[in-house]
Amino acid sequence: MTQASGRAPGALDSTIREATRTATPASAETRRRGALWAWVVFGLGFIYFFLPLVATFEFSLGHPTGPVGAEPSLRYYENVLIDPKSPFFERLAYSFGVAIATIILSITIIVPTAYWVRLKMPQIRPIIEFITLMPFVIPPVVLVFGLIRTFAGPPFQITDTELGSVTLLVAAYTILSFPYMYRAVDTGLRAIDIQSLTEAAQSLGAGWPRIIVGVIFPNIRVALLAGAFLTLAIVIGEYTIASFLLSNKTFAPYLSLLGQNRAFEPAAVSLISFGLTWMAMGAIAFIGRGGQRVEVGGAR
Amino acid sequence: MSFLTLTGVQKTFGAFVAVEDFNLEAARGEFVSFLGPSGCGKTTTLRMIAGFERPTAGTIVVNDEDITHRSPNQRNVGMVFQSYALFPNMTVADNVGFGLKVRKEPKDRIAKRVGELLELIHLPDRAARYPYQLSGGQQQRVALARALAIEPQVLLLDEPLSALDAKIRVALRNEIRAIQRQLGITTVYVTHDQEEALSLSDRVVVMSDGRIEQTGTPFEIYNFPTTAFVASFVGTLNVLPARVVDASSGRLSVGGQEIRAVGVKASNGSEVTVALRPEIVTMGDGDDGANRLAGTIADVTFLGSIVRIRMEVGEGHGRLSFDTFNDPNQALPTIGEAITVTFPPEACLLLAGAAEVAAAATAAVDVEA
Repeated sequence: MTQASGRAPGALDSTIREATRTATPASAETRRRGALWAWVVFGLGFIYFFLPLVATFEFSLGHPTGPVGAEPSLRYYENVLIDPKSPFFERLAYSFGVAIATIILSITIIVPTAYWVRLKMPQIRPIIEFITLMPFVIPPVVLVFGLIRTFAGPPFQITDTELGSVTLLVAAYTILSFPYMYRAVDTGLRAIDIQSLTEAAQSLGAGWPRIIVGVIFPNIRVALLAGAFLTLAIVIGEYTIASFLLSNKTFAPYLSLLGQNRAFEPAAVSLISFGLTWMAMGAIAFIGRGGQRVEVGGAR
Repeated sequence: MSFLTLTGVQKTFGAFVAVEDFNLEAARGEFVSFLGPSGCGKTTTLRMIAGFERPTAGTIVVNDEDITHRSPNQRNVGMVFQSYALFPNMTVADNVGFGLKVRKEPKDRIAKRVGELLELIHLPDRAARYPYQLSGGQQQRVALARALAIEPQVLLLDEPLSALDAKIRVALRNEIRAIQRQLGITTVYVTHDQEEALSLSDRVVVMSDGRIEQTGTPFEIYNFPTTAFVASFVGTLNVLPARVVDASSGRLSVGGQEIRAVGVKASNGSEVTVALRPEIVTMGDGDDGANRLAGTIADVTFLGSIVRIRMEVGEGHGRLSFDTFNDPNQALPTIGEAITVTFPPEACLLLAGAAEVAAAATAAVDVEA
C-alpha cells in the first residue's frame, strides 16, 4: 500500500489546503503584477490616443502668444458653430448624406454578392476577395482621374451637373468601402448557418428577396454595422476624390481650405467633427442594438 | 394508393453516384424512415424531395403532382433540420408563424395557428422567447411546429434528434411520433440510428452506397434481413464461420461442433457464415432439438439490469456476444469459465457476402464490448 492511500481521508484535504495556502501568495503576486502591467499598457494606449486630442483642444482655445494674443476661450468654436456665414454644418451634412448613400449602395451590392458566393459559389470566393481588395492597390487619385476621363465627356458626360458628380462620388466611395464592407459581411455570414437558414425559409415558401431581407439581413446586423462604421469614417475623412469631383462641397476639402486660411478654427472643427462622427457611430450602434445573439441553435 | 412516389430517382455529383435508382411509394399518413450509414445517400434523397437538390434522373410525385422540377418554396413540403435552423432574429412565435406570413395569411389566423401549434409542442408560454433562450430539445420542437404550421403535404425530418442528448432524444422521438399520428401527415425521416428508425416508422428503407438495400416494416427489417448489409447494420449480430456438413438436413460445423440451420442452400463442404441475434442466445443446455455451442467466457460486462457476456467458441472459431438479466442472487460469470449456450436452428441466418458481414459484425461486437 502506498503512503498516500494509507492516509486518513481528511489528510489529503488538509494537504491540498496547505498547498493552496503556500501557493496563494505567489499566485496573488503574479496576478497583481499582471494587473499592474495591464494598467501600464492601458495608460500608454490612452496617452497615445488622447494626448493629440488634448493638444488639439488646447490649441483650439487659442494660443496666448499666438497671432491673436488673447486669453484661451471657446470663440473659435463659436466662429465655426454659431457664425451664420460658417458652412460647417452644411458641409458636414453633405458628407453625412454622401456617407449614407454610400452605405446603402455598398450594402445593396455586397450583401447579396457575399451571400450568393457563400451559398452557391464558394469556389469563386478568392476571386471576389481579390476584387474587393483593389481599392488598396489603386490609389484614389488614379480612381478619380479614371472617373473624370470617362464621365467628363461624351458619351457618358455626367460631371457637368452636381447630381452627376455626387453620383460618381458615391460610386467611388462605394468602391473604396468594398474591402471593409465585404470582410465585415463575410465574417457575419460565417457566423450563421446560412445554408440551413436559407433552406428553412425556402421550405416555408419564402423567395429570394424575402430570404435576404427578412432572414439574412437581420442576422448579420452587427456585421453590417461594423461595415457601416468604417464606410462612414472613410467618407467623412476622404479628401482626394471629393475635391476633384465636388470641389469643397464636402467636409474634408472644407476642412483643408479652412486650414489654409485660419489658425485655430481647423483644430476646433477637427474636434467637433471627431465628436459628431463618434455620435453618429453611437447612433448607428443604438439603432442596431439587440442584434448580438446570432448563434443558430445548439447543434453547431 | 401512393401519396409520395419516387420513381427511378438518381443523383450524381460529377462521376460520383450519390443515389441510384431509388424507388419508393409511401401512402398518405405513412411514416417512412431512411436508415443507413453516413454517405449512403439518405439525406441527398430527402433533399431531392425537399427540392434542395435536383435529381439527375427520375421523378418525384406528391399527391399526383409531379414536383421534380419545382423550386423548394413551391412544393409545400415542411422540413426539420438537424441544426434546428430557427431564425435567430425572430421569437418563437415569429418563427412558427413565418411560413404563414410568407403566404400572406391574416394576422389573427397566424396568431391562432401559432397558439395551436405551441400548445401541440407543449411550449405555449415560450412564444416571446428567442431561440437562444431555449434548450436544444425545445428548439427542435419549435422547428417542428414551424414546419407543421404551413400544413405541408409531406414532412421531412433530417436527423432531427442527433444533436440532442439521449434522454431528450427518446422523449422527443415519442413526441414526434405522437404528433405525426395525431395529424396524419406523410413523413420521411432520415436517421443513422436504427433504434430511432425501428421505433418510429411504419416502414424503413435501409440504404447503402446510394442504393436501397431493403424496404420493409421494422419487424421485417430486423427479423428477416434480405442482404448481408441489412443484417449487419440493423441490430447487433454475431457471426460465426461454419462449414456445411449436410445441406439437406441443415447440418453445419462450427469449429468441430455441430449445429443445425434451416434452408441451407450451399453445397456440402463449403464455407458459410452463420449470423445470430444476441437476444436468441441463452446460457445453458436448452431444450431437445436446440443448437448448442460450448466455449469459454472471454469477457463479462456488468451493465446494471443486464450482464453482457462474450464467449469464445472453441479455439479461434469466432465469438458470441449475448446478454443475460442481472440476478443479485447469482455471482457474475468469470472470465475463462466454460459455458454452453443454446439457440434454435430457425434463428440461424445464413448470409451472403459473408466476408463483409463478418468484418462489420465483428467490429460492431468489439465496439459494443
